[in-house]
Amino acid sequence: MTDQIKHHLTDALLMAYSAGSLPEAFNLTIATHISMCDECRARLGAFDSLGGALVEETESVEMSAGSLEAVMDRLKAPEEKKEKPRKSKGVLPAPLQDYIGGDLDAVRWKSIGMGVKQAILPTSRDASARLLFIPAGAAVPDHGHQGTELTLVLKGAFADEVDHFGPGDIEVANEDLNHTPVADIGEDCICLAATDAPLKFKGLIPRIAQPFLRI
Amino acid sequence: MLQEVEKETFDTASPLMAARVRYRLNQRQGPGPEDVTNKETTENDDWVACILSIREHQDRQAFARLFDHFAPRVKGFLMKSGADEALAEECTQDVMATLWQKSHLFDPTRASAATWIFTIARNRKIDALRKQRRPEPEDLPWGPDQEPDQADVLALQQETMQLGKAINDLPEKQKVLIEKAYFHDLSHSEIAKETGLPLGTIKSRIRLALDRLRHVMK
Repeated sequence: MTDQIKHHLTDALLMAYSAGSLPEAFNLTIATHISMCDECRARLGAFDSLGGALVEETESVEMSAGSLEAVMDRLKAPEEKKEKPRKSKGVLPAPLQDYIGGDLDAVRWKSIGMGVKQAILPTSRDASARLLFIPAGAAVPDHGHQGTELTLVLKGAFADEVDHFGPGDIEVANEDLNHTPVADIGEDCICLAATDAPLKFKGLIPRIAQPFLRI
Repeated sequence: MLQEVEKETFDTASPLMAARVRYRLNQRQGPGPEDVTNKETTENDDWVACILSIREHQDRQAFARLFDHFAPRVKGFLMKSGADEALAEECTQDVMATLWQKSHLFDPTRASAATWIFTIARNRKIDALRKQRRPEPEDLPWGPDQEPDQADVLALQQETMQLGKAINDLPEKQKVLIEKAYFHDLSHSEIAKETGLPLGTIKSRIRLALDRLRHVMK
Protein backbone atom coordinates (compact mmCIF):
# COMPACT_ATOMS: atom_id res chain seq x y z
CA MET A 1 0.00 0.00 0.00
CA THR A 2 2.92 2.28 0.57
CA ASP A 3 3.34 2.17 -3.23
CA GLN A 4 -0.25 3.36 -3.72
CA ILE A 5 0.37 6.61 -1.89
CA LYS A 6 0.47 9.48 -4.37
CA HIS A 7 0.17 12.51 -2.11
CA HIS A 8 3.09 13.03 0.23
CA LEU A 9 4.32 15.49 2.83
CA THR A 10 6.03 18.66 1.63
CA ASP A 11 9.71 19.36 2.38
CA ALA A 12 8.65 22.27 4.57
CA LEU A 13 6.46 20.04 6.76
CA LEU A 14 9.03 17.25 7.02
CA MET A 15 11.74 19.73 7.93
CA ALA A 16 9.57 21.38 10.58
CA TYR A 17 8.59 17.97 11.99
CA SER A 18 12.26 17.02 12.17
CA ALA A 19 13.17 20.37 13.75
CA GLY A 20 10.33 20.02 16.26
CA SER A 21 8.68 23.36 15.55
CA LEU A 22 5.16 22.22 14.65
CA PRO A 23 2.07 22.10 16.87
CA GLU A 24 1.24 18.71 18.38
CA ALA A 25 -1.81 18.15 16.09
CA PHE A 26 0.42 18.44 13.00
CA ASN A 27 3.09 16.21 14.54
CA LEU A 28 0.43 13.57 15.17
CA THR A 29 -0.83 13.70 11.57
CA ILE A 30 2.69 13.56 10.17
CA ALA A 31 3.73 10.69 12.46
CA THR A 32 0.61 8.79 11.36
CA HIS A 33 1.33 9.37 7.65
CA ILE A 34 4.97 8.29 8.05
CA SER A 35 3.78 5.11 9.76
CA MET A 36 2.00 4.36 6.46
CA CYS A 37 4.53 5.78 3.97
CA ASP A 38 8.08 4.51 3.46
CA GLU A 39 8.99 7.30 1.08
CA CYS A 40 8.28 10.04 3.60
CA ARG A 41 10.00 7.96 6.30
CA ALA A 42 13.16 7.88 4.20
CA ARG A 43 12.89 11.62 3.48
CA LEU A 44 12.44 12.29 7.20
CA GLY A 45 15.65 10.32 7.80
CA ALA A 46 17.46 12.78 5.54
CA PHE A 47 16.06 15.78 7.44
CA ASP A 48 17.04 14.23 10.79
CA SER A 49 20.55 13.77 9.37
CA LEU A 50 20.57 17.46 8.53
CA GLY A 51 19.68 18.20 12.16
CA GLY A 52 22.49 15.90 13.31
CA ALA A 53 25.00 17.60 11.04
CA LEU A 54 23.94 21.03 12.34
CA VAL A 55 24.36 19.89 15.96
CA GLU A 56 27.83 18.64 15.10
CA GLU A 57 28.68 22.07 13.64
CA THR A 58 27.04 24.22 16.28
CA GLU A 59 28.89 26.38 18.78
CA SER A 60 29.50 24.49 22.00
CA VAL A 61 28.49 25.86 25.39
CA GLU A 62 30.57 24.57 28.26
CA MET A 63 28.82 22.25 30.70
CA SER A 64 28.77 23.17 34.40
CA ALA A 65 31.51 21.86 36.66
CA GLY A 66 30.73 18.37 37.94
CA SER A 67 28.08 17.86 35.25
CA LEU A 68 29.50 14.57 33.97
CA GLU A 69 29.74 13.17 37.50
CA ALA A 70 26.16 14.23 38.22
CA VAL A 71 24.92 12.32 35.18
CA MET A 72 27.16 9.34 35.94
CA ASP A 73 25.54 9.09 39.37
CA ARG A 74 22.12 8.85 37.76
CA LEU A 75 22.96 6.04 35.34
CA LYS A 76 21.34 2.72 35.92
CA ALA A 77 21.72 -0.37 33.78
CA PRO A 78 20.82 0.41 30.16
CA GLU A 79 17.42 -0.96 29.17
CA GLU A 80 17.35 -4.35 27.53
CA LYS A 81 16.42 -4.66 23.90
CA LYS A 82 12.66 -4.84 23.66
CA GLU A 83 11.11 -7.97 22.19
CA LYS A 84 8.86 -6.31 19.65
CA PRO A 85 8.99 -2.99 17.85
CA ARG A 86 6.06 -0.63 18.42
CA LYS A 87 3.66 -1.57 15.68
CA SER A 88 -0.11 -1.33 15.33
CA LYS A 89 -2.00 -4.60 15.42
CA GLY A 90 -5.27 -3.00 14.31
CA VAL A 91 -6.73 -0.75 11.65
CA LEU A 92 -5.20 2.57 12.74
CA PRO A 93 -1.45 3.27 13.02
CA ALA A 94 0.08 3.21 16.51
CA PRO A 95 0.66 6.97 17.04
CA LEU A 96 -3.02 7.62 16.38
CA GLN A 97 -4.14 4.77 18.64
CA ASP A 98 -2.12 6.40 21.45
CA TYR A 99 -4.37 9.47 21.18
CA ILE A 100 -7.63 7.56 20.83
CA GLY A 101 -6.82 5.11 23.59
CA GLY A 102 -7.57 2.20 21.27
CA ASP A 103 -8.37 1.31 17.68
CA LEU A 104 -11.21 2.44 15.40
CA ASP A 105 -13.86 0.77 17.60
CA ALA A 106 -12.77 2.93 20.56
CA VAL A 107 -13.41 6.26 18.78
CA ARG A 108 -16.16 8.32 20.43
CA TRP A 109 -17.86 9.86 17.42
CA LYS A 110 -20.09 12.92 17.61
CA SER A 111 -22.50 13.64 14.78
CA ILE A 112 -22.02 16.99 13.02
CA GLY A 113 -24.94 16.55 10.62
CA MET A 114 -25.60 14.97 7.20
CA GLY A 115 -24.21 11.68 8.47
CA VAL A 116 -20.77 13.23 8.95
CA LYS A 117 -19.20 12.49 12.35
CA GLN A 118 -16.09 13.73 14.10
CA ALA A 119 -13.98 13.01 17.15
CA ILE A 120 -11.64 15.71 18.47
CA LEU A 121 -8.33 14.37 19.75
CA PRO A 122 -6.56 15.78 22.80
CA THR A 123 -3.63 17.89 21.56
CA SER A 124 -2.11 21.23 22.52
CA ARG A 125 -4.33 24.20 21.72
CA ASP A 126 -2.15 25.87 19.06
CA ALA A 127 -3.79 23.55 16.51
CA SER A 128 -6.51 20.92 16.53
CA ALA A 129 -6.68 17.34 15.32
CA ARG A 130 -9.84 15.40 14.67
CA LEU A 131 -11.03 12.23 13.06
CA LEU A 132 -13.69 12.67 10.41
CA PHE A 133 -16.17 10.02 9.33
CA ILE A 134 -17.72 10.78 5.95
CA PRO A 135 -20.39 8.29 4.79
CA ALA A 136 -19.85 6.81 1.32
CA GLY A 137 -20.87 9.37 -1.28
CA ALA A 138 -21.38 12.21 1.23
CA ALA A 139 -19.62 15.58 1.30
CA VAL A 140 -17.99 17.68 3.99
CA PRO A 141 -19.44 21.22 3.70
CA ASP A 142 -17.56 23.54 1.34
CA HIS A 143 -14.91 25.34 3.35
CA GLY A 144 -11.84 27.47 3.07
CA HIS A 145 -8.91 27.78 5.47
CA GLN A 146 -7.30 30.57 7.41
CA GLY A 147 -4.18 28.60 8.18
CA THR A 148 -2.89 25.21 7.10
CA GLU A 149 -5.02 22.08 7.06
CA LEU A 150 -3.63 18.57 6.69
CA THR A 151 -6.04 15.80 5.77
CA LEU A 152 -4.81 12.23 5.90
CA VAL A 153 -6.97 9.40 4.52
CA LEU A 154 -7.04 6.42 6.88
CA LYS A 155 -9.76 4.37 5.23
CA GLY A 156 -11.84 4.74 2.05
CA ALA A 157 -11.13 7.68 -0.23
CA PHE A 158 -12.34 11.17 -1.09
CA ALA A 159 -12.13 13.53 -4.02
CA ASP A 160 -12.17 17.31 -4.04
CA GLU A 161 -11.46 20.12 -6.50
CA VAL A 162 -7.74 19.25 -6.35
CA ASP A 163 -7.52 15.48 -6.84
CA HIS A 164 -8.50 12.04 -5.59
CA PHE A 165 -7.08 10.90 -2.25
CA GLY A 166 -6.86 7.25 -1.19
CA PRO A 167 -5.58 5.48 1.94
CA GLY A 168 -2.31 6.99 3.17
CA ASP A 169 -2.61 10.06 0.93
CA ILE A 170 -2.25 13.43 2.64
CA GLU A 171 -3.66 16.70 1.35
CA VAL A 172 -1.93 19.91 2.41
CA ALA A 173 -4.34 22.85 2.10
CA ASN A 174 -3.75 26.52 2.85
CA GLU A 175 -5.54 29.88 2.62
CA ASP A 176 -5.83 29.64 -1.15
CA LEU A 177 -7.93 26.50 -1.22
CA ASN A 178 -11.69 26.31 -0.95
CA HIS A 179 -12.74 22.71 -1.27
CA THR A 180 -15.61 20.28 -0.80
CA PRO A 181 -14.24 16.82 -0.06
CA VAL A 182 -16.66 14.10 -1.21
CA ALA A 183 -16.23 10.49 -0.03
CA ASP A 184 -16.06 7.78 -2.71
CA ILE A 185 -19.28 5.92 -3.26
CA GLY A 186 -17.94 2.44 -2.48
CA GLU A 187 -16.85 2.87 1.13
CA ASP A 188 -17.20 5.21 4.12
CA CYS A 189 -14.18 7.48 4.42
CA ILE A 190 -12.25 8.05 7.63
CA CYS A 191 -9.69 10.86 7.74
CA LEU A 192 -7.43 12.51 10.26
CA ALA A 193 -7.52 16.27 9.85
CA ALA A 194 -5.30 18.83 11.58
CA THR A 195 -5.58 22.58 11.33
CA ASP A 196 -3.92 25.55 13.00
CA ALA A 197 -6.88 27.90 12.47
CA PRO A 198 -10.65 27.47 12.45
CA LEU A 199 -12.07 26.44 9.08
CA LYS A 200 -14.23 28.97 7.25
CA PHE A 201 -17.45 27.43 6.01
CA LYS A 202 -19.27 29.16 3.18
CA GLY A 203 -22.84 28.13 4.03
CA LEU A 204 -24.72 29.77 6.90
CA ILE A 205 -25.55 26.74 9.03
CA PRO A 206 -22.04 25.33 9.38
CA ARG A 207 -20.73 28.77 10.42
CA ILE A 208 -23.19 29.04 13.25
CA ALA A 209 -22.41 25.48 14.25
CA GLN A 210 -18.65 26.03 14.04
CA PRO A 211 -17.93 27.48 17.50
CA PHE A 212 -19.95 24.72 19.11
CA LEU A 213 -18.39 21.95 17.08
CA ARG A 214 -14.85 23.27 17.48
CA ILE A 215 -13.92 22.74 13.87
CA MET B 1 -6.86 -1.79 3.36
CA LEU B 2 -4.78 -0.91 6.37
CA GLN B 3 -4.88 -4.47 7.63
CA GLU B 4 -3.19 -5.55 4.41
CA VAL B 5 -0.23 -3.33 5.05
CA GLU B 6 -0.01 -4.67 8.50
CA LYS B 7 0.14 -8.22 7.22
CA GLU B 8 2.67 -7.44 4.53
CA THR B 9 5.08 -5.73 6.86
CA PHE B 10 4.82 -8.50 9.40
CA ASP B 11 5.23 -11.31 6.88
CA THR B 12 8.45 -10.44 5.19
CA ALA B 13 9.11 -6.76 5.66
CA SER B 14 9.73 -6.88 1.93
CA PRO B 15 8.12 -3.67 0.71
CA LEU B 16 9.72 -1.68 3.49
CA MET B 17 13.01 -3.42 3.08
CA ALA B 18 12.91 -2.77 -0.66
CA ALA B 19 12.29 0.90 -0.05
CA ARG B 20 15.14 1.06 2.39
CA VAL B 21 17.54 -0.68 0.05
CA ARG B 22 16.41 1.54 -2.81
CA TYR B 23 16.98 4.59 -0.65
CA ARG B 24 20.44 3.42 0.34
CA LEU B 25 21.36 2.64 -3.24
CA ASN B 26 20.33 6.11 -4.33
CA GLN B 27 22.39 7.55 -1.55
CA ARG B 28 25.46 5.58 -2.48
CA GLN B 29 25.87 7.01 -5.94
CA GLY B 30 28.08 10.00 -6.49
CA PRO B 31 31.30 11.02 -4.78
CA GLY B 32 32.88 8.02 -3.15
CA PRO B 33 35.03 7.37 -0.12
CA GLU B 34 37.97 9.32 -1.55
CA ASP B 35 36.20 12.56 -0.59
CA VAL B 36 36.32 11.60 3.04
CA THR B 37 39.47 11.86 5.05
CA ASN B 38 40.41 8.87 7.14
CA LYS B 39 40.66 10.94 10.26
CA GLU B 40 37.07 12.07 10.04
CA THR B 41 35.77 8.60 9.31
CA THR B 42 37.63 7.26 12.30
CA GLU B 43 36.24 9.95 14.57
CA ASN B 44 32.69 9.22 13.53
CA ASP B 45 33.29 5.50 13.77
CA ASP B 46 34.50 6.08 17.31
CA TRP B 47 31.21 7.58 18.46
CA VAL B 48 29.33 4.61 17.05
CA ALA B 49 31.71 2.24 18.82
CA CYS B 50 31.21 4.16 22.08
CA ILE B 51 27.42 3.82 21.93
CA LEU B 52 27.64 0.12 21.08
CA SER B 53 30.07 -0.37 23.96
CA ILE B 54 27.59 1.25 26.34
CA ARG B 55 24.92 -1.10 25.08
CA GLU B 56 27.07 -4.20 25.35
CA HIS B 57 29.32 -3.48 28.33
CA GLN B 58 27.81 -0.53 30.21
CA ASP B 59 31.08 1.21 29.37
CA ARG B 60 31.37 4.37 31.49
CA GLN B 61 34.58 5.53 29.86
CA ALA B 62 32.91 5.44 26.47
CA PHE B 63 30.05 7.45 27.98
CA ALA B 64 32.47 10.07 29.30
CA ARG B 65 33.99 10.49 25.83
CA LEU B 66 30.57 10.93 24.23
CA PHE B 67 29.64 13.37 26.97
CA ASP B 68 32.74 15.52 26.43
CA HIS B 69 32.06 15.79 22.73
CA PHE B 70 28.29 15.99 22.48
CA ALA B 71 27.01 17.51 25.74
CA PRO B 72 28.39 21.03 25.03
CA ARG B 73 26.95 20.88 21.50
CA VAL B 74 23.54 19.76 22.74
CA LYS B 75 23.64 22.54 25.32
CA GLY B 76 24.47 25.06 22.58
CA PHE B 77 21.60 23.74 20.47
CA LEU B 78 19.13 24.02 23.36
CA MET B 79 20.22 27.56 24.22
CA LYS B 80 19.83 28.64 20.59
CA SER B 81 16.36 27.12 20.78
CA GLY B 82 15.44 29.48 23.58
CA ALA B 83 16.35 27.64 26.79
CA ASP B 84 18.19 29.64 29.45
CA GLU B 85 21.47 28.26 30.68
CA ALA B 86 20.10 26.41 33.71
CA LEU B 87 17.34 24.71 31.71
CA ALA B 88 19.72 23.86 28.86
CA GLU B 89 22.18 22.33 31.34
CA GLU B 90 19.44 20.28 32.99
CA CYS B 91 17.98 19.09 29.68
CA THR B 92 21.40 18.22 28.28
CA GLN B 93 22.05 16.04 31.32
CA ASP B 94 18.71 14.33 30.65
CA VAL B 95 19.60 13.84 26.98
CA MET B 96 22.90 12.22 27.86
CA ALA B 97 21.27 9.98 30.47
CA THR B 98 18.67 8.95 27.85
CA LEU B 99 21.49 8.08 25.46
CA TRP B 100 22.81 5.65 28.05
CA GLN B 101 19.42 4.23 28.95
CA LYS B 102 18.19 3.81 25.37
CA SER B 103 21.45 2.72 23.75
CA HIS B 104 19.70 -0.48 22.58
CA LEU B 105 17.60 1.65 20.22
CA PHE B 106 20.57 3.11 18.34
CA ASP B 107 20.92 1.68 14.82
CA PRO B 108 24.19 2.79 13.19
CA THR B 109 22.92 1.67 9.78
CA ARG B 110 20.12 4.23 9.99
CA ALA B 111 21.58 7.20 11.83
CA SER B 112 24.94 8.66 12.72
CA ALA B 113 25.68 9.21 16.41
CA ALA B 114 25.10 12.96 15.97
CA THR B 115 21.76 12.40 14.23
CA TRP B 116 20.53 10.05 16.92
CA ILE B 117 21.57 12.45 19.67
CA PHE B 118 19.90 15.31 17.77
CA THR B 119 16.58 13.42 17.78
CA ILE B 120 16.82 12.77 21.54
CA ALA B 121 17.65 16.44 22.18
CA ARG B 122 14.85 17.64 19.91
CA ASN B 123 12.30 15.50 21.75
CA ARG B 124 13.53 16.78 25.11
CA LYS B 125 13.26 20.32 23.75
CA ILE B 126 9.61 19.81 22.71
CA ASP B 127 8.86 18.33 26.10
CA ALA B 128 10.65 21.02 28.12
CA LEU B 129 10.06 24.17 26.07
CA ARG B 130 6.74 23.49 24.41
CA LYS B 131 5.26 21.23 27.09
CA GLN B 132 3.94 18.89 24.44
CA ARG B 133 4.02 15.22 23.67
CA ARG B 134 5.89 14.26 20.55
CA PRO B 135 3.97 11.68 18.48
CA GLU B 136 6.48 9.35 16.81
CA PRO B 137 5.92 7.12 13.77
CA GLU B 138 5.61 3.37 14.26
CA ASP B 139 8.85 1.47 14.41
CA LEU B 140 10.02 -0.37 11.35
CA PRO B 141 9.36 -4.09 11.73
CA TRP B 142 13.04 -4.77 12.21
CA GLY B 143 14.87 -3.30 15.19
CA PRO B 144 18.56 -2.52 15.44
CA ASP B 145 20.59 -5.65 14.68
CA GLN B 146 22.87 -7.06 17.30
CA GLU B 147 25.62 -7.07 14.69
CA PRO B 148 25.06 -4.15 12.31
CA ASP B 149 26.30 -4.67 8.77
CA GLN B 150 29.67 -2.90 8.60
CA ALA B 151 29.22 -1.90 4.96
CA ASP B 152 25.94 -0.16 5.84
CA VAL B 153 27.52 1.57 8.81
CA LEU B 154 30.42 2.78 6.68
CA ALA B 155 28.13 3.98 3.90
CA LEU B 156 26.14 5.98 6.41
CA GLN B 157 29.29 7.49 7.95
CA GLN B 158 30.44 8.64 4.55
CA GLU B 159 27.09 10.18 3.74
CA THR B 160 27.20 11.96 7.07
CA MET B 161 30.61 13.44 6.31
CA GLN B 162 29.46 14.52 2.86
CA LEU B 163 26.42 16.19 4.33
CA GLY B 164 28.48 18.07 6.92
CA LYS B 165 30.80 19.32 4.21
CA ALA B 166 27.87 20.24 1.94
CA ILE B 167 26.29 22.32 4.72
CA ASN B 168 29.54 24.17 5.26
CA ASP B 169 29.75 24.87 1.53
CA LEU B 170 26.28 26.45 1.41
CA PRO B 171 26.12 30.18 0.74
CA GLU B 172 25.99 31.94 4.13
CA LYS B 173 22.50 33.36 3.51
CA GLN B 174 21.05 29.90 2.93
CA LYS B 175 22.92 28.26 5.78
CA VAL B 176 21.68 30.85 8.27
CA LEU B 177 18.05 30.18 7.36
CA ILE B 178 18.42 26.40 7.62
CA GLU B 179 19.97 26.85 11.06
CA LYS B 180 17.17 29.16 12.14
CA ALA B 181 14.57 26.65 11.01
CA TYR B 182 16.20 23.86 13.04
CA PHE B 183 17.49 25.67 16.07
CA HIS B 184 15.32 28.66 16.71
CA ASP B 185 12.03 26.84 16.76
CA LEU B 186 10.58 29.29 14.26
CA SER B 187 8.07 28.85 11.49
CA HIS B 188 8.82 30.47 8.13
CA SER B 189 6.57 33.41 8.93
CA GLU B 190 8.26 33.90 12.29
CA ILE B 191 11.64 33.87 10.55
CA ALA B 192 10.22 36.48 8.18
CA LYS B 193 9.27 38.69 11.11
CA GLU B 194 12.64 38.23 12.79
CA THR B 195 14.82 38.79 9.74
CA GLY B 196 12.59 41.28 7.92
CA LEU B 197 12.94 39.19 4.76
CA PRO B 198 9.83 38.55 2.66
CA LEU B 199 8.30 35.11 3.24
CA GLY B 200 8.81 34.20 -0.43
CA THR B 201 12.55 34.91 -0.18
CA ILE B 202 12.86 32.71 2.90
CA LYS B 203 11.00 29.84 1.29
CA SER B 204 13.03 30.05 -1.89
CA ARG B 205 16.36 30.26 -0.04
CA ILE B 206 15.51 27.19 2.01
CA ARG B 207 14.40 25.39 -1.14
CA LEU B 208 17.66 26.34 -2.88
CA ALA B 209 19.65 25.10 0.10
CA LEU B 210 17.83 21.76 0.07
CA ASP B 211 18.30 21.44 -3.71
CA ARG B 212 22.00 22.03 -3.29
CA LEU B 213 22.31 19.45 -0.52
CA ARG B 214 20.37 16.95 -2.61
CA HIS B 215 22.64 17.59 -5.57
CA VAL B 216 25.73 16.90 -3.47
CA MET B 217 24.20 13.80 -1.88
CA LYS B 218 23.07 12.27 -5.18
